[in-house]
Amino acid sequence: MKDAIVVSNLHVSYYGKEVLHDIGFTITEGKSVGVIGPNGAGKSTLLKVLLNLIPKDKGEITILGSTLKEVRKRIAYVPQRSTIDWDFPITVKDTVLIGTYPTVGLLKRPGRKERELAMKCLEKVDMTEFQNRQIGELSGGQQQRVFLARALAQQADLFLLDEPFVGIDATSEEMIVKILKELRDEGKTIIVVHHDLNKAEKYFDELLLLNKELIAKGSVEEVFTPKMISKAYGGQLSFLDGVMDK
Amino acid sequence: MQYGFLQKALITSVMVGIISGVIGCFIILRGMALMGDAISHAVLPGVAISFMLGINFFIGAVITGILTAIGIGFINQNSRVKNDSAIGIMFTAAFAAGIILITFMKSSTDLYHILFGNVLAVRPSDMWMTLIVGIFVLLSVYIFYKELLVSSFDPIMAQAYGLPTKMIHYFLMILLTLVTVASLQTVGIILVVAMLITPASTAYLLTDRLSVMIVISATCGSISAVIGLYLSFTYNLASGATIVLVATALFFMAFIFSPKQGLLWRAIRTNKQKSAVS
Ligand SMILES: Nc1ncnc2c1ncn2[C@@H]1O[C@H](COP(=O)(O)OP(=O)(O)O)[C@@H](O)[C@H]1O
Ligand SMILES: [Mg+2]
Repeated sequence: MKDAIVVSNLHVSYYGKEVLHDIGFTITEGKSVGVIGPNGAGKSTLLKVLLNLIPKDKGEITILGSTLKEVRKRIAYVPQRSTIDWDFPITVKDTVLIGTYPTVGLLKRPGRKERELAMKCLEKVDMTEFQNRQIGELSGGQQQRVFLARALAQQADLFLLDEPFVGIDATSEEMIVKILKELRDEGKTIIVVHHDLNKAEKYFDELLLLNKELIAKGSVEEVFTPKMISKAYGGQLSFLDGVMDK
Repeated sequence: MQYGFLQKALITSVMVGIISGVIGCFIILRGMALMGDAISHAVLPGVAISFMLGINFFIGAVITGILTAIGIGFINQNSRVKNDSAIGIMFTAAFAAGIILITFMKSSTDLYHILFGNVLAVRPSDMWMTLIVGIFVLLSVYIFYKELLVSSFDPIMAQAYGLPTKMIHYFLMILLTLVTVASLQTVGIILVVAMLITPASTAYLLTDRLSVMIVISATCGSISAVIGLYLSFTYNLASGATIVLVATALFFMAFIFSPKQGLLWRAIRTNKQKSAVS
């Protein structure tokens, strides 16, 4: 098995305040990995630094066996829902079509092939009937499905999703989990930020437990132990009791 | 014969209405209305210097406009000063420098015309310059439509797949200074920002698609120019101010009557819901 992501000795800070300290891990291709940790643990920061959206202080990152520059177009990123301008004048269909932009290339427009691909991805998330809606006129779950469709249209090998399950309905969540599992079975690598421990063990092959430092990384059985979890979540133990009893 | 000047004024104003309407869409969608105001003021010293050196004033205007945009970005990234404060500091400084430079020039009517426009004094060379700038701006938006769309809508994804979003930002700033200078004679520096944000905001209330928004915005901009020019000529009013007020009137019509966003239909819909409940 090849490695999808190799990170070593990674340090990241905002305005001199360190938010990721000495992170190192390896993720093999074809795995789905949950990045778990409390609010402010640096989970979103980790995804962003993998994509070089923010600079790192030091450390090595290898993605899909190469530098980011070479493989950028093979990565699909679904940002946290709160970062999107939902009043933007764009329809569902055109939002998904944006997923084809990276491969269409500069100075060219998406043609018939790209439109068909976008429609196919829209169908996959069962949003075809909403194709002409403005994106703000959808429920949270529907919005998340549209952005997953956009990621599918990128036909990437590596998918990075930031908190895709926040504020969405059960049907949408089930559908997204199912599609992510299918992608993994096709050999794609999936990395999902997830701040809530609920269902984490059911959704992912491996977990990466983070709180400024890397607390643990490994299979769900190895990482999802009371000791590790309480180390990451510290004071928030009372709500943990219920989870760990199950 | 004697209406030749009116024809030139009309062509120039319509072109300005179109290009400010088009660029305005990207300005408001990127939340840069204040930046639009800033850059339009920041061209003043460039225009003054160009006058003194006897060069085309587009050159000086683009230089001071871009320097101001870079200065704003620099302060913003290298201090805790908030973006709107950085904009305020830089553009008032540029504007003040421009006013001092212009007082060195021979007459104060020049300053007045630059600040408030004087559309009936449009010379043929001005008209051609405006047309050339207009074509350049429209072609740029046409060619880079896809990149402008994605970097305005989802700048993080744009950056993630490798688009040079910073360069796109500064390119937009260049287009903005060109539009501003082209608008000098029709509406003047002070009111340019109205032509950027008012027609675009009108269009924003009327559609859910960017391409349609751009067309509506350009249409509103040029209709405002034609009606405004007509009113200003007939009743001897300041041309720039009249054009802007017509654009504002169009905005309020959309604000009230827009099928989806308008006050009127919203009121009717809530009334219906209320009566349905009771
Ligand atoms: N743009 C930013 N500027 C300054 N600090 C930031 C910025 N983004 C995040 N932080 C800080 O970095 C830490 C980690 O943030 P983040 O990666 O968003 O955490 P998570 O996604 O795990 O909730 C938090 O303390 C947050 O306040
Ligand atoms: Mg986060």
